[in-house]
Amino acid sequence: MLRRTVAGALAIVVLTLAGCGDDSPAATTEVTGPVTVFAAASLTGTFTRLGKDFEDAHPGVKVVFNFAGSSALAQQINQGAPADVFASAAPKNLDQVTGKGTATTFAKNRLEIAVPKGNPGKITGLADFTDANRKIALCAEQVPCGAATKKVFEAAQLTPQPDSLEQDVKAALTKVTLGEVDAALVYKTDVLSAKQKVEGIEFPESGKAINTYPIVTLTNSRNPTTAQAFVDFVLSPKAQETLTQAGFETP
Amino acid sequence: MTTHITRRRVGGRVPLVLFVPALLGLAFLVVPLVGLLAQAPWSTLPSRLFSVEVGQALRLSLLCASAATVICLLLGVPLAWLLARAELPGRGLIRALVTVPLVLPPVVGGVALLLVLGRRGLIGEHLDLWFGISLPFTTAAVIVAEAFVAMPFLVISVEGALRAADPRYEEAAATLGAGRWLTFRRVTLPSIAPGIVAGSVLCWARALGEFGATITFAGNLPGRTTTMPLAVYLALETDPDVAVVLSIVLLAVSVIVLACLRERWIGALR
Repeated sequence: MLRRTVAGALAIVVLTLAGCGDDSPAATTEVTGPVTVFAAASLTGTFTRLGKDFEDAHPGVKVVFNFAGSSALAQQINQGAPADVFASAAPKNLDQVTGKGTATTFAKNRLEIAVPKGNPGKITGLADFTDANRKIALCAEQVPCGAATKKVFEAAQLTPQPDSLEQDVKAALTKVTLGEVDAALVYKTDVLSAKQKVEGIEFPESGKAINTYPIVTLTNSRNPTTAQAFVDFVLSPKAQETLTQAGFETP
Repeated sequence: MTTHITRRRVGGRVPLVLFVPALLGLAFLVVPLVGLLAQAPWSTLPSRLFSVEVGQALRLSLLCASAATVICLLLGVPLAWLLARAELPGRGLIRALVTVPLVLPPVVGGVALLLVLGRRGLIGEHLDLWFGISLPFTTAAVIVAEAFVAMPFLVISVEGALRAADPRYEEAAATLGAGRWLTFRRVTLPSIAPGIVAGSVLCWARALGEFGATITFAGNLPGRTTTMPLAVYLALETDPDVAVVLSIVLLAVSVIVLACLRERWIGALR
């Protein structure tokens, strides 16, 4: 009961702050209740934290996440999965989704070379990826990190000799953390997330394939007010700081 | 070794209590298949079907699943015999351990294989150091991953068959002077043949559809480790139509193989 009152009071405050003069019933304009966020796998750590921060700021709100590859998420949404917000790792996957609001870019990410701690394969740069004797894992071309990988090798005019084309960036990272490969190309955020076991090497061509992350509310949302509030929160300075700490670049 | 029990149908109609859930069960299994077939881009199917990648992935899938089944047979039948016949302390625990790959998420199974057989794994480290053998990212790794995941199906089936088989034939063979190995070969094996075939079929089917352990342990490189399920998964990322076509190919091939096997082997054994 108390919780509800607080939530209601908070909603009024939020609405006043937003300068919203709408007279529709409070039930539909309150920032409360469950909100389901479909987010790219590379956002797992950061968004879990942002979700907690958002819940702390809005008592009565419960953020539920579904983390997976962006294209899988896009398909799930189009098949009628109950999503309120979609945060994709690539604009392409967002374009595949029908029934959505206006997308905003909230973060950028770039590729980095990941090597096991101590760099056993003595990797110094992208050129080492053409050495067939070194064990190399790359993302498959079909997934966003693989598309970015292709771009940087084209920019560097190199032909890599991978031993495996992984199905997502976390799988490529796992191969490095387990020491199974000498190097992989993953996002900077992935290197940071595994910094106990992985070292990152920056390279100049990464600027040729910067990944942008768009976020959008979905028209089928059963809780549009809270969905919009979550999107606004992700774009807020506080959330942007969390994203920067995780290795993302601000838009 | 046949027991000459004539199989007669129990008279009367099928009771509704059994018939309705049976029908529902069948529909539950078949309807997703119908969905797949309904979604298939039939007009462009032939052109998509005869690409190099599809042929390569299909050949690799059949080869690896068959090799994995052979490994499972060589190791799994003796293991099943041990579980069913030998005086074994802690048999219940061993039986539970055999089913571990069944409950383990396949991706975790793949990671476990890496931790043991990988370049820095418990055994893999020495393989690499002493013999220069590195298993991950090879076709052999696909076979190992598939065998790991599929073996419980074979062991459980064969153990079930062994328990159902009448041990008195083995005892009779023993009283006539046959050793345990001879008894196993000439008496036990023939009597549980249908169970072995059924187990092999299950094992092969499971290996053919294996995805998680394979992609984790063996990686994904076309021509070397990209089996059909891996190709389907990646196709789903860009072109769901291609994924549907690939799935249908895999389904069609496996259904044909399994139907033929059943007819030829299990049919003949009855």
